Amino acid sequence: MSISQPLTRADDPVGQPDERPVLRVDNLVVEYPSGRFRRPPVRVLHEVSISINRSQTLGLVGESGSGKTTLGRAILGLAPVRSGKITFLGRDITHAARRERRQLGADLQVVFQDPYTSLNPSMRVADILSEPLRVRGYGKAAGRERVRELLDRVALPTNAADRLPREFSGGQRQRVAIARALALSPKLIICDEPVSALDLSTQARVLDLLLEIQRDTGVAYLFVSHDLDVVRHVSHDVAVMLHGDIVEQGPSAQVIEDPQHAYTQRLLLASPVPDPDEQRERREQRRRVLAEST
Amino acid sequence: MTDSLASPILPEVEIGETPTARSGMLRRLLHDPAGVVALSLLLVVVVIGIIGPWIAPYDPSHAALSQAFKSPSGQHWLGTDSAGRDIFSRILAGTRGTIVSAAIAIAVAEVVGVTTGLVAGYYGKWMDLLGNWVSNILLSLPAVIVLIASAAALGKAVAISMTVFGVLVSAGVYRLTRSTVRTVRNELYVDAARVSGVRDMSIIGRHILYVVRSPLIIQAAVLAGFAITIQASLEFLGLGQPGSVTWGVMLNEGVTNIYTNTDLVLWPAIAITLTVATFVVLGSALRDALEGRPATPRRRRSRHEPARVLAAHAGVVGSAMSAPTDALLTVRNLGIGYPIAGRDAIRPVVEDVSFHVNPGEVLGIVGESGSGKTQTAFAILGLLPLEARVLSGSVDFAGHQLIKNGDTAPKEISALRGRRIAYIPQEPLSNLDPNFTIGHQLTRPLVKKLGLSKADAKKRALELLDSVGIADAQRVVRSYAHQISGGMAQRVLIAGAISCKPDLLVADEPTTALDVTVQADVLDLLRDLQQQLGMAMLMVTHNFGVVSDICDRVVVMQSGLLVESGDVTTVLRSPREPYTQSLLRAMLHNKPPMTRLTADVD
Amino acid sequence: MLNFIVRRIVVGIVAIWVVSVLTFAGLNAAGGDVARKLLGESATPQQVKSKQVELGLNRPLVSRYWDWLSHAVRGDFGRSWFDGQPVSNTIQTRLPTTLSVVAVTVLVVAVVSVLIGVTAAVRRGWIDRALQLGSIGGASVPQFIAAVILVTIFAIHLRWLPATGYVPLGTSFSGWTKSITLPVIALALAAIASAAQQVRSAVIAELSRDYVRTLQGRGLARSEILFKHVLRGAAPAALTILSLQFIGLLGGIVVIEQIFALPGIGVLAVQSTSEGDTPVLMGIVVSTVTIVVVVNLIVDLAIGWLNPKARLA
Repeated sequence: MSISQPLTRADDPVGQPDERPVLRVDNLVVEYPSGRFRRPPVRVLHEVSISINRSQTLGLVGESGSGKTTLGRAILGLAPVRSGKITFLGRDITHAARRERRQLGADLQVVFQDPYTSLNPSMRVADILSEPLRVRGYGKAAGRERVRELLDRVALPTNAADRLPREFSGGQRQRVAIARALALSPKLIICDEPVSALDLSTQARVLDLLLEIQRDTGVAYLFVSHDLDVVRHVSHDVAVMLHGDIVEQGPSAQVIEDPQHAYTQRLLLASPVPDPDEQRERREQRRRVLAEST
Repeated sequence: MTDSLASPILPEVEIGETPTARSGMLRRLLHDPAGVVALSLLLVVVVIGIIGPWIAPYDPSHAALSQAFKSPSGQHWLGTDSAGRDIFSRILAGTRGTIVSAAIAIAVAEVVGVTTGLVAGYYGKWMDLLGNWVSNILLSLPAVIVLIASAAALGKAVAISMTVFGVLVSAGVYRLTRSTVRTVRNELYVDAARVSGVRDMSIIGRHILYVVRSPLIIQAAVLAGFAITIQASLEFLGLGQPGSVTWGVMLNEGVTNIYTNTDLVLWPAIAITLTVATFVVLGSALRDALEGRPATPRRRRSRHEPARVLAAHAGVVGSAMSAPTDALLTVRNLGIGYPIAGRDAIRPVVEDVSFHVNPGEVLGIVGESGSGKTQTAFAILGLLPLEARVLSGSVDFAGHQLIKNGDTAPKEISALRGRRIAYIPQEPLSNLDPNFTIGHQLTRPLVKKLGLSKADAKKRALELLDSVGIADAQRVVRSYAHQISGGMAQRVLIAGAISCKPDLLVADEPTTALDVTVQADVLDLLRDLQQQLGMAMLMVTHNFGVVSDICDRVVVMQSGLLVESGDVTTVLRSPREPYTQSLLRAMLHNKPPMTRLTADVD
Repeated sequence: MLNFIVRRIVVGIVAIWVVSVLTFAGLNAAGGDVARKLLGESATPQQVKSKQVELGLNRPLVSRYWDWLSHAVRGDFGRSWFDGQPVSNTIQTRLPTTLSVVAVTVLVVAVVSVLIGVTAAVRRGWIDRALQLGSIGGASVPQFIAAVILVTIFAIHLRWLPATGYVPLGTSFSGWTKSITLPVIALALAAIASAAQQVRSAVIAELSRDYVRTLQGRGLARSEILFKHVLRGAAPAALTILSLQFIGLLGGIVVIEQIFALPGIGVLAVQSTSEGDTPVLMGIVVSTVTIVVVVNLIVDLAIGWLNPKARLA
């Protein structure tokens, strides 16, 4: 666990029990400058702690302004950390310098929400996918080969490599974004609302793909979403966020089947179900819960 | 998995068959007649600028007073000036200076503006503040006054005046570069590159310069015209490089002799205008090539226009069911399309859609993006975008024909809107005018459309806000949109919609932009109001949960077609059509976690 | 809001100061042998020397600038090196001519470009296409070329209007009107072409905002939505366009004054440049920039006042 431990992968076989977490976040505080003179900074995360094990998914659920996206961005080094500690593969990366971040790029990756702005509209898919490879010094031929593998991995035809993002539908773009994240075989992918911009049927296919990739490669996910159903479907563990705090955390089945915190209950009951009778029951239950809490 | 991409049940848009549509700006420019003309003229001007002095028939400065004020002839193609010098030779000789002055100004402006803009935009902080401050000062200096002062201080050489001018207009280049960099810098693909460990310089080079390149080229063309005008003005004022033959000097001589011979001003004026026009047209053609030709839809479209409607679907599902005679709203065989840019054809987005809404009933229109559900709702409201065309069908509302055989009746519709038909939009905050108070936006239609007095309208607005569950109505009526939350804004919009106690409320994804807990509250509110007022509702949504929560009946749309309709319980529990079945299968509710959602089709 | 105003005024004053420093340094550092130029070739070295002392040219630049600045803040720009007249007086007699032409032009540009721009945005069709063509045409003909063409046609061939000269408003209204008609048209054509195009874009952007559809859905008349909501929303963009046009016009007027022989600031600037009359040039630059700063401040305040978010902050 020394700092000098190399970050290169040891090709550990998937499924081997390894209880050392891939990622640990302890008491993380994120503050943005208020943008006004002599105004105190805005605190977006208050002492948040999470932990993700190898090949596991932590679902992070919350409504707008809960700080769920900020937590993901802070881990990626894209949000200002005030205090706390982020440990990734045994290394403290809380305030990693740009050079160290460059090293991290191989093991820690991201898939963003909006597949329209997360791909440079003027770059061919092949260039988008080979960008992380070039940083790692892949040769031309090896790079081409890897791009072909990646496209195959996300079930896009090989001829997609020569096309521009605008020639693809939203779901296909999200596949390209997933392929880019997979390029260097990372240990952890931060998925920031990866399906919320997609139609229902496209969402189903992308979720299938993400689960399949996890089974095959053993990658861990931090899965950020506002949709409790989506989080329940993909996550081993779930953390519920509200106003910059985690209010409830635990195994997925336990948090969602038997929520302890009132907010989790409200969140669960607010999401409508596609059966009129069941939904009527849920609605009445929600009214009761709301009436009790006031 | 590979096969399921082309699965007939869940078709994702196929990758287009056409080869990469990545034609460069230059190629698109060469397809535009204006661009070709401008480029050719530019080429001519540049060539003359290079070889002009050698091909001139006379020494442009050679004076022969005996030859003064000659009319154009075989000897002197454009005649001679007050000193008997050959005007044609002088025009040729002046070309080089014109091109050189534009080149200097652009080079200085681009180098200074792009470097400072990149640095300020990418790194921000104090560099950004300083850059903005300096550029604001530069932009508030009248160029000619500064150039006059610089001529007095630094001398009259073209290089000096155009360098100063270049620095002045670099503020514009700086602003353009900085704002583009700012936008691009916050794009997710730049974040993704940073996460992958791409270096700053590489990000600037690969992602940012690429984006800023095209607008800079357009701006350079505009600046070139501007520089030529300014340099000619200085020469005209006698502040040009002494002794040089330039168009500005020629124009000055022409104006001096304007009462003797108006021809002298003609040729330099034509030369300057033509060169400036070259750059202006080039700039505009470049803009068209970059952004696509600006569409100028016609306001009133002629009924006899024989635009071709592209047939997208062969066999249309038989959807012309008979509507009960007492239906409130009946839509029959509705078709809507949009003209395809550059072609005399129309792309249909809604085809042969028929359904009805009974009084007091909630009908859901459910479908994915591109299904035409919102277009259908807008057609009923008469609020389709300007370019859209109703192609066929009819819409009847309580005895009024809003659309009859493909012809809309705008007067008819607008008489009913805000009186008997109301509308709730999707995005709450952008649907309130930020410049007017909420009270004003609530009361104005009450006064104008429903004929209430101002005092009554105000009282009614407070009641309405109260009825949609807003506790401090007094404060809200005085507020502006930016002072309230999205959920609150949606309640305000609902209050506005029900203010006329409509017979039909058309709600376009009214909860999609809201958080799930707020969505539940708003659905509760809509249900209560619907029951209280006994109004019918048309609920457009992509969410089957919303359908099951509030709708009595539902129609399912896919790619502009209506594929299934029926009462909510039947459609949701035992859908008949494969498309509806596949949509419901993709729902996550009650699915065992971590299992496949889509069927393997191999 | 008060905070905003104070900050804008401070920024404006600093801007004027920076421009004055740069101009002063430029004009005085590279002014050449001014004394010799003023006295002519026949002057003796002693005469030149005493002239230099008289003008203070022997003192260091910084102390000369301080001297200038301490007078300038009280509105005293010194005396012309050429004719000894107080610079402030000269500028005060010239400024009304320039400003009246520029002000009338801005007014004409504002009215015409808003009319054309709004009509094109709302009606589209042929008027929109005509505007697109017209704006290319307008931008292609430089203002001084337009001026020469107008003089040739209306003053020389048709003799409807005077080619040169200026009649002050106080002397004769009709004379004033006639004397500024051609200059105003020459200045306004290009300005209208570009401003109308930008107003059109601003109105189209506003028309496509969601709230317009919602207000229509509430049953408000199209005209009320257009004239009250859309125009109000597009006003900040239009004001910005006009303030930039104003700055451009202050430059363009210099050549126009020369062509129409209007006794304004521009002609004075050109004249003092050839004479090397540094105090007059300083006065012109500083007063022009001050006018721009004041106009920009007014525009900024107007935009801030129009925007409730800024007004209530």
